[in-house]
This record gives sequence, C-alpha cells and structure tokens, in this order.
Amino acid sequence: MKLTVVLLLSIAVTSIIGTVIPQNENPAAYFREYGEFFYQLFSMLGIFDMYHSWWFQLLILCLTLNIVVCSIERLSTTWKIVFVNNPPFNISRFRKLSQKESFNSGHKLEDLRNTYEPFIARRFRYSRVERTDQGFCIFAEKGRWTRLGVYAIHLSVVILLIGGLIGSVFGFAGYVNIPEGEKVDTVRLRNVDTIEKLDFEISCEDFDVSFYPNGAPKEYRSSLTILEGGKPVYKKDIVVNDPLRYKGINIFQSSYGQMPSDAARKRKVQGKDTQNEILLNFTSKKTGTAYQVKTVVGKPIDIPEQIGQFVIVAYKKSALFGGQDIGEAYVGKLTPKDGNTVDILLPLHFPQFDKMRKGAVVISVAGQETETFRPDKKPDIWYYTGLQVTKDPGVWVVYTGFIVIIIGCYITFFMSHQRLCVDVNKSGKNSKVIVTGTANKNKLGMENKIKRMARQLEDLVKEG
Amino acid sequence: MDNTTILSIVTFVYGLAAFLYVASWVFKKPLVGKLASWVAVTGFIGNSVGIIMRWVESYRLGIGHAPLSNMYESLIFFAWTLVLIYLIIERKYKNLVIGAFATPFAFLAMAYASLSPNISDRIQPLIPALKSNWLIAHVITCFFGYAAFAIAFGLSLMYLLKQKDPDNKSKLFSLFPNSFTLDELTHQMVVFGYLFLSVGIITGAVWANSAWGSYWTWDPKETWSLITWFVYSTMLHARMMRGWRGKRIAYLSVIGFTAVLFTYFGVNYLPGLHSYGGG
Ligand code: HEM
Repeated sequence: MKLTVVLLLSIAVTSIIGTVIPQNENPAAYFREYGEFFYQLFSMLGIFDMYHSWWFQLLILCLTLNIVVCSIERLSTTWKIVFVNNPPFNISRFRKLSQKESFNSGHKLEDLRNTYEPFIARRFRYSRVERTDQGFCIFAEKGRWTRLGVYAIHLSVVILLIGGLIGSVFGFAGYVNIPEGEKVDTVRLRNVDTIEKLDFEISCEDFDVSFYPNGAPKEYRSSLTILEGGKPVYKKDIVVNDPLRYKGINIFQSSYGQMPSDAARKRKVQGKDTQNEILLNFTSKKTGTAYQVKTVVGKPIDIPEQIGQFVIVAYKKSALFGGQDIGEAYVGKLTPKDGNTVDILLPLHFPQFDKMRKGAVVISVAGQETETFRPDKKPDIWYYTGLQVTKDPGVWVVYTGFIVIIIGCYITFFMSHQRLCVDVNKSGKNSKVIVTGTANKNKLGMENKIKRMARQLEDLVKEG
Repeated sequence: MDNTTILSIVTFVYGLAAFLYVASWVFKKPLVGKLASWVAVTGFIGNSVGIIMRWVESYRLGIGHAPLSNMYESLIFFAWTLVLIYLIIERKYKNLVIGAFATPFAFLAMAYASLSPNISDRIQPLIPALKSNWLIAHVITCFFGYAAFAIAFGLSLMYLLKQKDPDNKSKLFSLFPNSFTLDELTHQMVVFGYLFLSVGIITGAVWANSAWGSYWTWDPKETWSLITWFVYSTMLHARMMRGWRGKRIAYLSVIGFTAVLFTYFGVNYLPGLHSYGGG
C-alpha cells in the first residue's frame, strides 16, 4: 500500500516536468533555451520526450504490476466472501449494533413471520428465516457482488494499458499533405522519420476553408476519395471532428496550406531566415495612423505613440491557432505602456488577424502576399490539405477500459453490500420487532434505510 | 438586458449571499442565514437564466452553440454547478455554515469571469475543433467534478479549523457540523467529484480521438487532469484501505483542489492545445 502511494505520487510529480518543459521540439530550440549542460543532461534523461522515456514507462509498468499483484492477492479472499451459497449470519453481531429501530406489535409471531418473510424476500436478493430462543429473525442481504467493483476499476487500468500497447505496436500515426486534385498512397510517420505505405490511395478533390466575419476559422473541409487499384471505392467530405474511416485507417482533417505558385514564392518561403529584416505595420487604434517599422527577430522596438514595446521572438513555419494550422507566422511579445506582456501571433498571410485581439494597436507583417479573409468568397488559390492518418487497433480496447472504469467507479462508490436483520421476539403478550443492519459503505445512508424499513414493517402489520 | 448584464448582477447576488452566510455564521443569526439561502437561490435562478439567454443569443447571432466554449462561459457554468451542489447539500444537511465556505467560490469565479481584463465575455463562434458533442459532455462532467472538489475543499477547511479548537470552546466553530459529518461529507464530495472527473477525462479523450486521431497526447491540460486524478486516487486509497480519516484526508483534499486549480488556470501559462486560455 505504501508502494502504491509512492508510485501514484511519483508518477503525478514527474508528470509535472513534462508539462513545464515543452515536449518533442526541435533540438536547436532546446539548446538555445537551456544551454549546453542542461541540454545534454535533459536529453540523456529523455526529458524532451519524457512520457515515452524508459523510466517513465517503467514507473507505469511498476504501478500496473503493483495493481495486478495486490488485486490477485486480495481477490482470492474477496472471492470467498462473495461467492458463498449460504451467507454466514451471526445474530449476536447484529444485536450488538448500537443503531436499532424497534416497535411493539400485538400480532402473533406466526402472523408477523408470514407477513414479513415475503415482504423482505421481495426487496433483498437473499433472505432466510432462523429460529431464535424467543422467536425468529429474518436475515437478508443484497449487493454482495458490489465488493468486486474495485477489481473492475483495477482491471480497467490494465485494459487501458493493454489498449495503449496494442496501439503503439500495431498502429501508427502519420501525416500527409495532398494538394487539391492529387493523390497519395504513403504517409510520413510522426517522430520516427519513416514512410508508411497504405493499401489504397487517398485523393483530395477539393479543399475549402471558411471564416467567420471576425476572422476566426469556421470550417476546414476536404473532399476525399479512396481509390483501390485506381478505382474509387469510397468518398467522403471530412471536417474536423468528423474523420473518414476506411479499413481500420482513420483520416483526420488537421491542417492546410497553399501550394507555392511560382519559384520566387517558393524561395521566399524556404529561405525565411530569422536574421532577415522584417517589416512590421503598426496601426494605432486611437489615431488610426499606420506606421512601418523594420526589425529582426529578438530586437525590441518601441511602438510609435508610446503604445509600448514589441519584440518578435520566433518564426513558425506552421503556427497553430485554436489547434488549427494557420501557416507561417511570427510569434511576438507586446508590452503595453502600462500593462502585462502578452503573446502575439502574426500570421504572415493574414494581416487582419491581430485585429481580433482588440488591443490598442493592430500589428501585422508588411510586404507579404495576403489571403482573402472574407468568408464565403473562395479565393483563387491552390490549397493542399494536411491530413493526419492513424491506425490504432487498440482504440476499442481502450474504450472498453473506459466503460469498465465508469461502471466500476459507480459500483464502488454508490452501491454497497447491505445486510438486514429483523429480530422478532415474544415480549409478554406482544411481539417486539427490532430492525438493524449494516453496510460496507455509505453507513449514513444505511442508517436512514433501516429507519425507513422499520416504519414500513410497522405500517404493514397495522393495516393487516 | 443582455446575458452579460444579468450575469454581472448575479455576481453581486452571489457576493451578497456569501457575505450573508459569513455574517450569519460569525454573528450567529440564523435568520440572516435563511436570507442568505434565499439570496443564493435567487442568484442561482439568475445564473440559469443568464446561461439560457446566452445560449439563445448565440443562435440569434447565427453561431448557435451551447455556452460552454470559452473561459468566460466555463467559469459561469462552474459557479452554476457549485451553487447547485451546495443548495442540494444545504437542503439535505440543514446546515447554513457550509454556505460560508462554499458560495464564496461561486462569487470568486463569477467575479473573475466578469472583471478580469484577460477574459472576453463576448459570444464567440466555435472554431472547428470545438464543434463536437463530446466537448459538451466533456465540459459538463469536468465542471461538475471541479465544483464538487471545490466544495470538498471548503469542507476540509472547515474540518481543519474545527481541529484548532478540540474542546469545542470557541463559539465560532460550534455551529459547524460535527467533525465526523464534515469528514464524511468531504469524502462524499470527493467520491462524486472523482466519478465526474473520470468521466470528464474519458469524454475528453474520446473527443480528442474524434478531432485529432489520438485519445491521449500528454498535452499539459491532459497531464494535469491526470495528476489531479492521481491525487484523488491516492486520497481514496488512503481512506478506503488505510482507514485514514480527518486531518490527513483534509490535507489531501486541499492538495487535490490545488491541482484542480492548476489544471483549470495554471495550464494556460504552459504550452498546449487547449484553447480556453485568455479567450
Ligand atoms: C489510478 C487508478 C488506480 C490505481 C493505480 C490503483 C492501485 C491500487 C493498488 C496498487 C492497490 C493494492 C494496494 C495494496 O494492497 O498494497 C489498490 C488497492 C485498492 N484500490 Fe486501487 N487503484 C486505482 C484506482 C482505484 C479506484 C478508483 C478505487 C476506487 C475506490 C480503488 C480502490 C482500491 C481498493 C478498495 C483497494 C484495496 C483492494 C482490496 O482491499 O481488495 N482503486 N489499488
């Protein structure tokens, strides 16, 4: 148990590292950020991809083994408790309980027994009547099996890991860019620079991107056709959140971009050097005046009208906004005259983009070819669609684990093994009925239940 | 009146309710507590109306979607779930002091949503990745979980305060539910929150799988929700197997809620996919 806590907490604590240090970035970026010594140290420890590092996987493996071993060990005892034909029943234990509900009844023992026995049998899965010195008692119980709930949860942890393992051994995750009107039958795999050949071809007939009036992307849509042996066999328009699935392969809309229309353009895109001069447009909101300022990456500049200071910190070939690729962009930091520094994204081909921020100044990169930012008007541009192509035969195993975990939690938390004892004894001319009970969880709830049960039993013989 | 006006009024109503709960506790005026309770119910109704109006309004703008898509909307929803759960507890346990430790969180969430310059209260259209029913299920379950954890945190604070006064001398703490009930109630809240957090993580994974093709990518938000899950797992194991009770459980509940807060806010300062940041 100590080990369990230690393992759970050490996974929790080490996981934090990976959320602070960005994962799977360019080695050069790391080198700049951390310097040589830490770069060497971190990369030796696999911290730049720590969730796949040997030591992290080892921790997870240890935890799983721990669960399996503990559960098996304990299951054998629980099993014996759960699967008994005649549940043991010790009346003296119930008589010792402090919480009791009792009432007197003028009926004879025999009558009470005939009324109560079927009443309780209907409400509990198991019940039996036993004679006692001065009367009888009805013993009933239900929910014995709910003691197995925790094993379902633990089992589901193992199921999840098996599912994950199947995915990583037999599956792949790759990506591919297809220009409109072209087709491919291979994808590039993520993280390991290899090519995966598919059994079919994917052709992209058309790609469409639409925007909301404020410039935020509304929909990316690729019209795809699957071809086998050159013949189309399946057609579907995919959008984000609605992928195409064919023969165990899933195709997701993930990014897009434009095909370079000429060589000059091509050179410009590739030859983007961080040392090159960048021309920025600053449009003041207050005065509406536009200024152009030259800068380079890393050089802070003062924005006219004393609006603040701005510095470009990085160039991204394909920047993400809201999880979507918006193409080439600079990342900058704006420090307003009196305010906190904010990160600013400047997509090269969307000069209106920064307007969305509604700041005191709109910043854009000047001298770039711009794309139409108007919705519903399709610009005459040759797009390519960026697809994520994955195969993960383990997904259904993982989903099974998800369902088992939810059911297991529900059973463990909200259901309990409840035992009831209705102890009826002769007391002078009358009969005295004592109701007691126990539950392995939610004891407060059981107390209320006993009270209610006692009332019901009392009413039952009043009417009769 | 538009929804943001109503919601800013609700902020003040919640503030008033929190103030009255505290006043009723400190000055031992049950009548003030009754009033606080009605104020809280009023705020809750206003909160519900605000959310519904926002929903309707988004359809009028032609970008109809459930109001659960950015930081502002999620905070409003968080306050709503928190007050809902609290009012149920109040009905069930008939103890108004708990209100002094629960409703302030609703007020803080609403105040932060309405006043923070980094949070926009405009209804924004959904970007493609957020157009998914799984997202709605994900947000709803996560926030029920977070609200339950927030209340558990309040209860743990009460428990810890009460321990400062073991002989029950101070009049201030004598109105608290007894330690046993506080401990039990904390546990129930954590169990409830744990179930919802689990479902929240799972629906999030299913959503990620339908949007990006992988159910788990170790992005910081995912990782932090897992960390939170582990902290509460530890807590449940300590209680169920080792029989931990009281103080140690209360401390774990405080740690757990810190992790929740970090999952919710702190992660926005880390790199990642989740788009609830300053939007
Ligand atoms: C992250 C998920 C979980 C992990 C890694 C985990 C791990 C473990 C491990 C390793 C043990 C054995 C400890 C020992 O005997 O020394 C254990 C026992 C136990 N766990 Fe979990 N567990 C998880 C989730 C849960 C959940 C959600 C519950 C729900 C209440 C739970 C309830 C229990 C209980 C009751 C035992 C004792 C089993 C028995 O008495 O037969 N576990 N857990």
